[in-house]
Amino acid sequence: MRPVFVNIGERTNVTGSAKFKKLVVEGNFSEALSVARQQVEAGAQVIDVNMDEGLLDSEQAMITFLNLMAAEPDIARVPVMIDSSKWEVIEAGLKCVQGKAIVNSISMKEGEAKFIEQAKLCLRYGAAVVVMAFDEVGQADTAARKIEICEKAYRILVDKVGFPPEDIIFDPNIFAVATGIEEHDNYAVDFIEGTREIKKRCPHARISGGVSNVSFSFRGNEPVRRAIHSVFLYHAINAGMDMGIVNAGDLPVYDDIDPVLREAVEDVILNRPQRTNVSNTERLVDMAPGYKGEKGAAQQVNLAWREGTVGERITHALVNGVTEFIEADTEEARLAAERPLHVIEGPLMDGMNVVGDLFGAGKMFLPQVVKSARVMKQAVAWLMPFMEAEKEGQVRKAAGKVLMATVKGDVHDIGKNIVGVVLQCNNYEVVDLGVMVPADRILEEAKKHQVDMIGLSGLITPSLDEMVFVAAEMERQGFDIPLLIGGATTSRTHTAVKIEPAYRRGPTTYVVDASRAVGVVSSLLSETDKDRVVADTRAEYVKVREQYARGQTVKARTSIGEARKRKFAIDWNGYAPPKPAFTGTRVFEPSLAELEAFIDWSPFFASWELIGRYPQILEDDVVGQAATDLYRDARAMLDKVIAEKWFGAKGVIGFWPAQAVEDDVVLFSDETRTVEIARLHTLRQQMDKGAGKANLALSDFVAPVGGPADYVGGFAVTAGHGEDEIVKKFKDAGDDYSAIMASALADRLAEAFAEWLHHKARVELWGYAPEEGFDADRLIAEKYQGIRPAPGYPAQPDHTEKGALFRLLDAEAATGMALTESFAMSPGAAVSGLYFSHPQSHYFGVGKIDFDQVEDYARRKGWDLATTERWLSPILNYDPHARARGEAA
Amino acid sequence: MTDLSIRSHRVAALKAAAKERILILDGSWGVMFQKKKLSEADYRAERFADFDGQMKGNNDILCLTRPDLVAELHDAYFAAGADISETNTFSGTTIAQADYRLGEQDVWDINLEGAKIGRQVADRWNAENPDRPKFIAGSIGPLNVMLSMSSDVNDPGARKVTFDQVYQAYRQQVDALYQGGVDLFLIETITDTLNCKAAIKAILDWRDEGHEELPIWISGTITDRSGRTLSGQTAEAFWNSIKHAKPFAVGFNCALGADLMRPHIAEMARIADTLVAAYPNAGLPNAMGEYDEEPHETGHALHEWAKDGLVNILGGCCGTTPDHIRHVADEVRGVTPRAIPERPKAMRLAGLEPFELA
Repeated sequence: MRPVFVNIGERTNVTGSAKFKKLVVEGNFSEALSVARQQVEAGAQVIDVNMDEGLLDSEQAMITFLNLMAAEPDIARVPVMIDSSKWEVIEAGLKCVQGKAIVNSISMKEGEAKFIEQAKLCLRYGAAVVVMAFDEVGQADTAARKIEICEKAYRILVDKVGFPPEDIIFDPNIFAVATGIEEHDNYAVDFIEGTREIKKRCPHARISGGVSNVSFSFRGNEPVRRAIHSVFLYHAINAGMDMGIVNAGDLPVYDDIDPVLREAVEDVILNRPQRTNVSNTERLVDMAPGYKGEKGAAQQVNLAWREGTVGERITHALVNGVTEFIEADTEEARLAAERPLHVIEGPLMDGMNVVGDLFGAGKMFLPQVVKSARVMKQAVAWLMPFMEAEKEGQVRKAAGKVLMATVKGDVHDIGKNIVGVVLQCNNYEVVDLGVMVPADRILEEAKKHQVDMIGLSGLITPSLDEMVFVAAEMERQGFDIPLLIGGATTSRTHTAVKIEPAYRRGPTTYVVDASRAVGVVSSLLSETDKDRVVADTRAEYVKVREQYARGQTVKARTSIGEARKRKFAIDWNGYAPPKPAFTGTRVFEPSLAELEAFIDWSPFFASWELIGRYPQILEDDVVGQAATDLYRDARAMLDKVIAEKWFGAKGVIGFWPAQAVEDDVVLFSDETRTVEIARLHTLRQQMDKGAGKANLALSDFVAPVGGPADYVGGFAVTAGHGEDEIVKKFKDAGDDYSAIMASALADRLAEAFAEWLHHKARVELWGYAPEEGFDADRLIAEKYQGIRPAPGYPAQPDHTEKGALFRLLDAEAATGMALTESFAMSPGAAVSGLYFSHPQSHYFGVGKIDFDQVEDYARRKGWDLATTERWLSPILNYDPHARARGEAA
Repeated sequence: MTDLSIRSHRVAALKAAAKERILILDGSWGVMFQKKKLSEADYRAERFADFDGQMKGNNDILCLTRPDLVAELHDAYFAAGADISETNTFSGTTIAQADYRLGEQDVWDINLEGAKIGRQVADRWNAENPDRPKFIAGSIGPLNVMLSMSSDVNDPGARKVTFDQVYQAYRQQVDALYQGGVDLFLIETITDTLNCKAAIKAILDWRDEGHEELPIWISGTITDRSGRTLSGQTAEAFWNSIKHAKPFAVGFNCALGADLMRPHIAEMARIADTLVAAYPNAGLPNAMGEYDEEPHETGHALHEWAKDGLVNILGGCCGTTPDHIRHVADEVRGVTPRAIPERPKAMRLAGLEPFELA
């Protein structure tokens, strides 16, 4: 699991920021506030406020600043850490915050009585508290003293004061290392080891510290200080440090630090035996001036890592995703090893373990890990012929074997592929069956390969039912291995309510994203953890089911008749719906270059689990570097995609005369509006929205029969022709990174195609907004007239409506696209939907619907009830099985 | 053997009753006084005959000048099925009463007498029907001044009062209510969590001086559709900020009718490991400032909440009458109260929004 490290903003601290101090001393509080705001915007989760400065009336400054902060909702959103060495200042601060703050700090330095008194007051004001490892003897320096004091304080707080243990944070004192005084050499180790033990002895308590102290002796050399902080944090966080006052945005990523510098820093931090005839401190001091100056210093020496041992070089290549030297390094390792297999089990796995640890510690992000996998695969590919020659290619022992598949009817697999790569990086063998895999084949292959668990993925809602079916089949066929569920449409609730009850013999677990996959898989395969984890999950899912059951009865629905009375009432009197340039269909094959400008990049980052808006994400403190690297690679590939025409883009658009009839939209063959060629069915909201609010259905946006002559449009586009071949080519070459990248780009281009075509429709083909300019940001923000809702999405959750749309568009013949049995589009990089032109048309969610509408919908679709309930199962406001049983009884 | 004339027995009985059933709080007082069409003279009586300014509208003072009306209302609400009735001391602090220029002694008397009136009525009911005990909650209302919000548009840091002043005002009210005989404290209609924290500290400090531990019920107010308190907090941030009071009950009242309050109560039901209480207004006021929601409508809406396991205590705020309370009491009779959930231990802090370190 990824430990959570809380960054506490440090710049509103007069002792830590000269700039802030100057502003406060000058009384320039409005500028001082903007410092606080910047910190929150930059991701500080808690803001430390410290006014301990001789020139200031600290108490008054604390009151003034906190009162001003309270008036700024974008700052006051986060909790405050009231930081002072003077109790009076702390108490004055506590009287100014309505939220639950953290007091920083109290201690036993003035004896137990005072400590208890102050702790009681913190509790009374409703604050959490930082306790310094400090008693009457002095500040704790050794690990033993830190542990002793913290444990004593913990017992007093919990047993005597009644302080909630989860509200206690220990600061076991971070002291400067590399001071030249030998007694200081172990200070960082003391903190790290102290932290590890305090966490063990004081359940629920947290560890914090002021990180900048540790590098105090390198004042004036910021690059080296930052490297020291990064290395220190890396080890301290692994030991259990939960939070720190640190400017995290400034820190280099641990593995980005120049290896020579990092090793020297690490020797100092971890107080390792000296490597040369000079001490660790002297070595770092000697080296430091070389890194002073600009951040680019590390780049000039960026091939220094080539001087390490072959193992170090392989690890570096894996961590940094460098393929350039990997074959040569692997060969060198092979020549030194007894057997080629030992290279995999030795240096390569060592390197991948580092990658896994960094990822687990939140120091690396998905795109980087997938790049590591590419390096790994190339190395393994180099070794394969040698292993085959030795006829022992099979004996490599994996940590476990996981079968993965996208279920029948569904074609989406980017997420599944990422999970596969991450698992492989952690030494699991992955049997990937690809997409649209029927249940019987999944189970057959599972038996054949004797896998340890099965992972199912899906993106569209009908896949949810297919997963329930796979689970039921596993039960029926007597499986008892763990079942993992993931994918955009899945949820913990659905897993708990529908899937887990279908498969009782084995454990079922919902995996929220790829970063959790390794944790889940390893715990399910762990002999010691498994029973506990399985029991915990089962208990959790029981609760989820109860919650769900409670939520079920919650949603008051209004009858469909009543909802129709409350339709979204457009005044059609005097409104002349725009007339499209043609009726019938037209095919478009834009060049990829034309589509490029229409790409919305934010979802691209999301598909790599980097969350944030483009382009701001490139500057993000935490994921900015990873996002920038990813974006650079994506642009480079996109240039090739366009230049070399990797993908074929084909789309079809159509317009038809149309009028609404209650909740349906009837399409006519021509302007006489006499021959009905299709009927689009829409679903109506049934939530009880209160007076004056409409219960919407898409049909509300079309003029009714008897109203003005109206039209509806439809489209289906793909940019995925050729994608499978490209992806396969990369996969075969062991380059999952590029394979996933290509898929993600095809998806983006398909979405861009949909935007391009909608824009063309508005400006030209339907032509109701000819003056609308082109501005990608406006498009992404959907600031234009008319909508293009897709069947299967919130405004019309029934995927089967794609059937009628494809028929009308003759989409298969026109574009080479097809629908699966679950109405997923193939190729997967595709978008389809309807067009509505009315200025008041807008997106909405249908929400849950009641039985009366289901019955009505069944009649309109010509389906039986069971079929209707199956397709609409994600939006039913009742339990269809209970209903069926009720009827049978 | 429970002896309802002893306060600690009543507190125990209150806690026991909350385990068994959904408790009913009374409804609005303001509307009921309004209906009496009282005159300035009613408000003043002899004691305040010579005070400057207007006294009409200062409902709390009726504890001193028309105790008969106050007793009548407690009685009417108990008769309607309320288990708990609030003292008529919503604005009974020196700070709130400064508007009417009442002095410290007058304010003290309002709380003392207000509590005594309630006590007498409840005692009478308890003597007649000890199996269905009635309780008196000391109403501790909001102030017209806030500790988290600026009092001057040109100076966001300005405050009209300090934490210590608010604390002192509440502390006096708490002491007087206790001496008059209340069974629990109800800090209600909280618009500013920091004011509430001052009241909490006042009660806890007062308790530390050797006073009996009375249950504390904390009821915030989500002011509008933003889903936030007037001082800007979300429901969960509010709970994180006041949880240290270890309240007997927590919830929301006022500002919203049942329909709009529901999501916030549902949220509280999810996160609070204590009783959840709600007393919404009778809908939203109409253009004339009157509340139109019919008693059976309120009863129906709150029955839904009860049935869905969201609440332990229900009642009414602005616009509700004994008739509303009767409908609520009738509708939820026999419905199982919400089970108190257990939440995993985690550091849960708050600014305007919650922050959890899991």
